[in-house]
Amino acid sequence: MSAGVEVVEREFGEMALNMGPQHPSTHGVLRLVLHLSGETVLKAIPSIGYLHRGVEKLSEHLAYEQLAPVYERDDYLAPSANSLAYCLAVEKLGSIAVPRRAQWLRAFVCEWQRVASHLVWLGTLGLDLGGALGGGTTLYMYCFREREKILDFLEDLTGTRYHTNVNLIGGCRYDLDAARAAKSRALSTGIEAALPELHAMAGGNAIFGARTRGVGAISKDLALSVGVTGPVLRASGVGYDVRKAMPYDAYGELPLTIPTRSAGDALARYEVRFEEISVALALVRAIGDGLPAGPIFSRKPIKNPKATKLPAGEAYVAVESPRGELGIHLVSEGGAKPHRLKINAPSFANLQVVPHLLPGRLIADVVAILGSLDPVMGDVDR
Amino acid sequence: MSDASLPIVNQPRAPEGAVRLEDFAEEVVRFPGGGIATLRSDVLFHWAQKSSLWPLTFGLACCAIEMMAAFAGRFDLDRFGMILRPTPRQADVMIVAGTVTIKMAPRIRTLYDQMAQPKWVISMGSCANSGDHYRNVYSVVPGVDHVIPVDVYVAGCPPTPEALLEGIFALQRKIMAGTEGAADARR
Amino acid sequence: MPAVEVVEALRTRFSASASPLGVAVPAASLLEAARALRDAHGYRFYVLASATERSEAIDLVHAVRNLDTNDTLFVTTPLAKTALEAPSLAFVWSGAEWYEREVFDLFGIRFASHPDLRRILLPDEYQGHPLRKEFPMDTPWGYRPATPKPEAAS
Repeated sequence: MSAGVEVVEREFGEMALNMGPQHPSTHGVLRLVLHLSGETVLKAIPSIGYLHRGVEKLSEHLAYEQLAPVYERDDYLAPSANSLAYCLAVEKLGSIAVPRRAQWLRAFVCEWQRVASHLVWLGTLGLDLGGALGGGTTLYMYCFREREKILDFLEDLTGTRYHTNVNLIGGCRYDLDAARAAKSRALSTGIEAALPELHAMAGGNAIFGARTRGVGAISKDLALSVGVTGPVLRASGVGYDVRKAMPYDAYGELPLTIPTRSAGDALARYEVRFEEISVALALVRAIGDGLPAGPIFSRKPIKNPKATKLPAGEAYVAVESPRGELGIHLVSEGGAKPHRLKINAPSFANLQVVPHLLPGRLIADVVAILGSLDPVMGDVDR
Repeated sequence: MSDASLPIVNQPRAPEGAVRLEDFAEEVVRFPGGGIATLRSDVLFHWAQKSSLWPLTFGLACCAIEMMAAFAGRFDLDRFGMILRPTPRQADVMIVAGTVTIKMAPRIRTLYDQMAQPKWVISMGSCANSGDHYRNVYSVVPGVDHVIPVDVYVAGCPPTPEALLEGIFALQRKIMAGTEGAADARR
Repeated sequence: MPAVEVVEALRTRFSASASPLGVAVPAASLLEAARALRDAHGYRFYVLASATERSEAIDLVHAVRNLDTNDTLFVTTPLAKTALEAPSLAFVWSGAEWYEREVFDLFGIRFASHPDLRRILLPDEYQGHPLRKEFPMDTPWGYRPATPKPEAAS
């Protein structure tokens, strides 16, 4: 080495990396400020609110009958679960009866959308883990192939691919005839048959296992204290499911198994969600077979939406959306509009665990952890 | 695997509404196995631009899921030369898919300014067009055209992938016709 | 239905009273009541924080759950509009951290000894607290223009 060259070792120290709100792996408009030392995350600060649409304020300005479709846009991967929670809250506060057939039909659409939602989650998880899974887009293509079939069926049933708008206060908007019930059954067995193929590409893949096993483990204590819900909670050894704990609509009468894992890591969350697809498909078949006869709407046709008034009081109703406990805390002071309506969003609770999980992990694990939590930003920001 | 009663509809290779080069040719001589088209050079440049519209990976809300569905196997935007780019520096077209909030609007402006000319914007869905039912809410910008110039508006809440395809065809027609883009008109 | 014995236990120790979905606890004893709920009564699962504006006061609401008895308890704390401050529960249930930030953002309730009390949903420089009743829904801000008023028919 010549005398003129001096080797200097420099400590670059901490670097702040801004990830999002426009980033392909943040599932929408989540922003993470990562403090890094080399490849290792020292601190992660999530920044949310880029999709804050003020739904809770909007609720105070619209009549009860006008609100259900608004909530379908909140958690846009499971629209029916949102409007169902709202309808249940209004029905509870107003003591409005729901015919038994309508209860089953609402659960039917919710379970189909749970399958569709989990397929989107699995496909985007494949995109996030990228090159490990055969070029990244493979799993996404296969998942969206199955999802399109579900959306076709829902379009046939309700006229809309996506925001189906089936739930009404006091019932349900669309009925299921025998031909469509048979179609639903054929579809559910078809998707059930495609699941091993999807699993072979994801959980059955050794690289997928290496990138998720032991990554982002949530202990039971942390899960309870932060209040994570849904599959994230059930992957941490707490077998809590709103459908079982506080049965609503038809779920008290339906056979429901709750997949649970205790490892709490990204792989456990994958396994819980993947099993939930089969459970939801079984539920769909059970509903299609045992659908009780009767009317689907208990009230008179609504001519003036502002005529529906609720007594003063408050109610809290929760449903199990694909992401977890989705609660509606409805406060009425009488009148045709809610006085206050709080949406307890499962993605908000689940995303809150991120600052606890990321420190000490590599950058590559960030997307694996985020993907396994399955946040929907419309749900987080409302 | 898939049940015969629920077929996935295969779209024809060139859907109705897709822009074809020969419509803009001054003369087409066909012979077995091919043909020769005589074109003005600017038509050729427009044809190249419309045939490789690289969109920015940029989803905001519900519409982003339908945009993802449009990029998946069934609707397959790849066959129109649309390949998602995760960085604005490489992108030609921004598909604003979802509600624009006051917190997001400055970021959208930044991303738009980072895109190289020529650039186009498709506003997808009622929220991006006008704010939809959120238009009067304190945190929502009632339409992305308050932030950036828009070339094509696609209606729907959310628009189906077919509607997005039609919007893309509209943009392709606009490019082929040599119409000044919204970005140029503002300059 | 709130567990009756829990409400009774809180009533004697923390001057609480029954409320429609649980108990009402004054702000002065909220932190102690929360610790007792978590440690002595098994309410280890945090559900939500919210607030409701009433005519005189703003009701701060925390919901917690005992997973063994499957009971969800709503703890309501009325705060006078002139003194919107409550103790933070983020060190009792860490899930309260973001929920309290949201309540601060949308209602302007300040939480004493909160680890990171900033706006969460709206931009940091935003003025006002939108879920307060006196805040008009169509307030212009930033890229959000003023809503055009319909012109009077001539």
